[in-house]
Order: sequence, then C-alpha cells, then structure tokens
Amino acid sequence: MSLDLPPIPPSDLDPFGTAFFDNPYPEHERLRQAGPVVWIERYGVYGVARYDEVHHVLNDWRTFCSSRGVGLQDFSREKPWRPPSLVLETDPPEHDRARKVLARVLSPVTMRDLRDGFMEAADRLIRSLVGREIDGVADLAQAFPLSVFPDRIGLRHEGREHLLPYAGLAFNAFGPDNELRRTAMERAAPHIAWVNEQCRRENLSPDGLGARVHAAAVTGEVTGDEATLLVRSLLTAGIDTTVNGIGAALYCLGRFPDQFAALRADPSLARNAFEEAVRFESPVQTFFRTTTCDAELGGAAIPEGAKVLMFLAAANRDPRRWDRPDDYDITRKTSGHVGFGAGIHMCVGQLLARLEGEAVLHALARHVTRLEITGDPVRSYNNTLRGLASLPMRLI
Amino acid sequence: MKITFIAADGTETAVDAAEGESIMRAAVRNDVDGIIGECGGSMMCATCHCYVDEAWADATGQQEDGESDLLDCAASEVRPTSRLSCQIRMSAELEGVVIHLPESQL
Repeated sequence: MSLDLPPIPPSDLDPFGTAFFDNPYPEHERLRQAGPVVWIERYGVYGVARYDEVHHVLNDWRTFCSSRGVGLQDFSREKPWRPPSLVLETDPPEHDRARKVLARVLSPVTMRDLRDGFMEAADRLIRSLVGREIDGVADLAQAFPLSVFPDRIGLRHEGREHLLPYAGLAFNAFGPDNELRRTAMERAAPHIAWVNEQCRRENLSPDGLGARVHAAAVTGEVTGDEATLLVRSLLTAGIDTTVNGIGAALYCLGRFPDQFAALRADPSLARNAFEEAVRFESPVQTFFRTTTCDAELGGAAIPEGAKVLMFLAAANRDPRRWDRPDDYDITRKTSGHVGFGAGIHMCVGQLLARLEGEAVLHALARHVTRLEITGDPVRSYNNTLRGLASLPMRLI
Repeated sequence: MKITFIAADGTETAVDAAEGESIMRAAVRNDVDGIIGECGGSMMCATCHCYVDEAWADATGQQEDGESDLLDCAASEVRPTSRLSCQIRMSAELEGVVIHLPESQL
C-alpha cells in the first residue's frame, strides 16, 4: 500500500448514540467536511458520508461485500444473530439467484395488480381521519401499511403485532452492542418464533405474495428452506421501512406547508413527494460493507477485512451532489438518491414502498386542505432506522 | 461524448456524457425532462424508457435479459426500438447517439 496517501481524519462520533439521532445533521456536515473517508474511532470502522464515496461503495460489491454482514458485526469472525438473509447478506452469484425471485414477486406487473386496491384503501383511511386530532404515526404511517401489507403477503391475522417489533429488532441488530440492541435482543424470542413460523408455505394464504415466493421452490429455482428465508426478508424489510417512509413524508409536509399546497394543486406529484421525503429523511440511515481486499477509496487506503459505514442520509444531503439539500422540494429530480440504496442490493421492495407512499399522499392531496403539526413529535430510536414514535397532528 | 435527446414534442437537447456512463444517468445528471430513472438503474422500473433512433439501433445492440419484461410495464407505447436507457452504456461507437423520448414515463 502506498505511503504517500493522506492520513484518514479520525472522528469521535458515536453514530449509534441517541444524541446523534436527535439531530444528526451538524455531525453529518462535519463528517462530509472532514474528508472523503473518516475513521470512526469508537468502533474501529471507516465511514463515508459524501455522496460520491457512498455511491461508489454501494456499486462496487466485489471490493465492498455484503456476505460478511451489513451491520457492525463481521460474520467471518462472529456468529450472526440469525441465519443470514439470502439477499441482503450475500454476494453474487448466490445473491442474484435469490434476488431474482423477490424481484419477480415485487415487479411492476405485481404493482399494477395492487395499485387500485392500495389507492382505495388509502382513500378510505384518509377520509376517516379528516377533521380529527390524530397521531400521524400510529393512526396513519403505521395504520396504512398494516392495513395492506400483511394481507397481500398472505399472513394470518393472529400475531401480526409481532411484525413491527421484529423489524425494529432486525434493524437494531445492525448496530453495536449498545442498549438499543441489547434491549431488543432480550425481548426478541417471541417475535422471532412467530415470524419464522409465518414464513413457512403452509402458513401463508395461497393467493398472497408469500406463496408466490414459495412457488419458486416448486420450479426448483430455490429450495423450500430458501423460500422460507426469502419470505422472512419480506417480513423484515417490508413494514417498518414503509412506516418510517410514510411518517417522513407526513413530517415533511407538516413542516413545509408550501409543499403541501403544491401537492394539493397537483396530486400527480404524490409519487415524487414521497420519493423526496425518502431522500430528505432517509428512513434507512446507514449500512455497512466489508472490504474483500486492500482497497483505495476517495484517495484513502483501506485494508482487507475492514468495515465501512455508509451514511446514506448524509449522502442524500451532500451539497456536492444536491442543490439546496436541506429543502424539501416535491418537484426535485430525486433520481440517484441512496435512500433505497443503489447497485445490486438496492431495495427490492422499492416499488411497493413507492406505491404505498404515493397512495397515501395522493389521498391526502385530494381530501385534506390543511395538515397541521399540533404538538412536539417524539423520536423513535433505532440503530438503523430514522423515524418518529408519535406525531400529533390535525387533518383539516 | 455527445447524446442528443429528442422529446415527444420535438425539442432537442444535447448533453455530454462520460464513457461508460448509462444514457439514463447522463439524462438525469443533465436535467433532461422525459427520463425519470426512478430505480437508479437497478432494473426495477421502466421510467427511463426511450426509443433509440433507427440509425443507431445496431450500435446500441439488443435488449438485455429482463428488459422486455419491464418494458411491458412502460407507460408509453413500446416499439421495436424501445430500450431502457439505463441499460445502454456510452462507448466510442455511440458518440453522437440520438435518443427519442416517450410522451410519459409514469
């Protein structure tokens, strides 16, 4: 490795601390300013917060792999807390075979079938909330995905209350062994047991998306056990993420009334208004990769076997890439944001997420004239996810 | 390298692209209306649908595996020259390529 590369600036930040979660933006700016790559002393990992480096790491899976875990834990040294995901925590070629199954189940063709039902469900929900004091998180951001997602997957009704705690656990598990992760792990057993059971073919309704994943086992594309694990991916990544995405959009529209007015004037902006909220709030804040060889990144030398923490949220507001990055602008050209990741691991459920977000925002645009935040929002802490625990609001 | 986009209403926009860059990314980077690229090039959507000018059809090559399935879901008419612009990468043979844009992507 060449010795004339510049030293990597250190940072004493705890990127998994509640003080950081309360207001990450000044720290994001400090990380971006420090250099293309920083050294996060507390955890002994490298960090990237500028758009170009985050985008580069996401797109170079040969150097920055996922099979050693996309959290702080290195699966080559420590035992993962659950059998690894067949898509999130794998590299090609294994990854591609599994991803192909999920991509087909979550394809644009599926979305065309789901679209009218989702639009009607959002319409009903929003109409029932107009004129009321509500909690934007429980009554809307959680209520909508919970009203459409489990049914479409084909889950039984009993036990659905395990879905959100299980997802919270999985996303906390990417972080360090801090109080958030430990508390989640202590309470994990019943959630894990329920989710694992629901992923089996016999527990999924034959007309749902879960059953369509299992259909790939009939043709031999994957084994039955692999299909069960792929359904687990749907349940892990399909609900808390959209809850936080819709919550982000509500919080944005509440804070930027001119943007809500623009949305009301042209409801066809609903889809982009959701997308911009995903850029602006980045419901998934961070993921790790692990280097497969000695590598150079942004002019810095990184040894083999190092963890690299990608600050997706910081990349999504990097002024090197975005004009007025701290403005929520529903007409912005959002393509290229990394809120859904990028490259081969880019969120396979992105179309479903967008459809849910679009349905909710389209209904808001048609039925609500004013959207007011009426009390202090309460933040929900998670090692990976950014979102609110409650958002008091009034829909008028 | 130069790419010329011709919108459905006939408006022409010429942009500079880097070698190896996809036509979708060049369009988005240069604010060309008519290409959205919602999925960022991960072959999940069909919002970067374009029609390759017939004179360039040989140079851009055939549709990639999986492209036609996505094009089936495109918002505008699919023609023999239809491609997902995220799957066409700029190379010396494509210097000056002409790309026609559909009326809508969503």
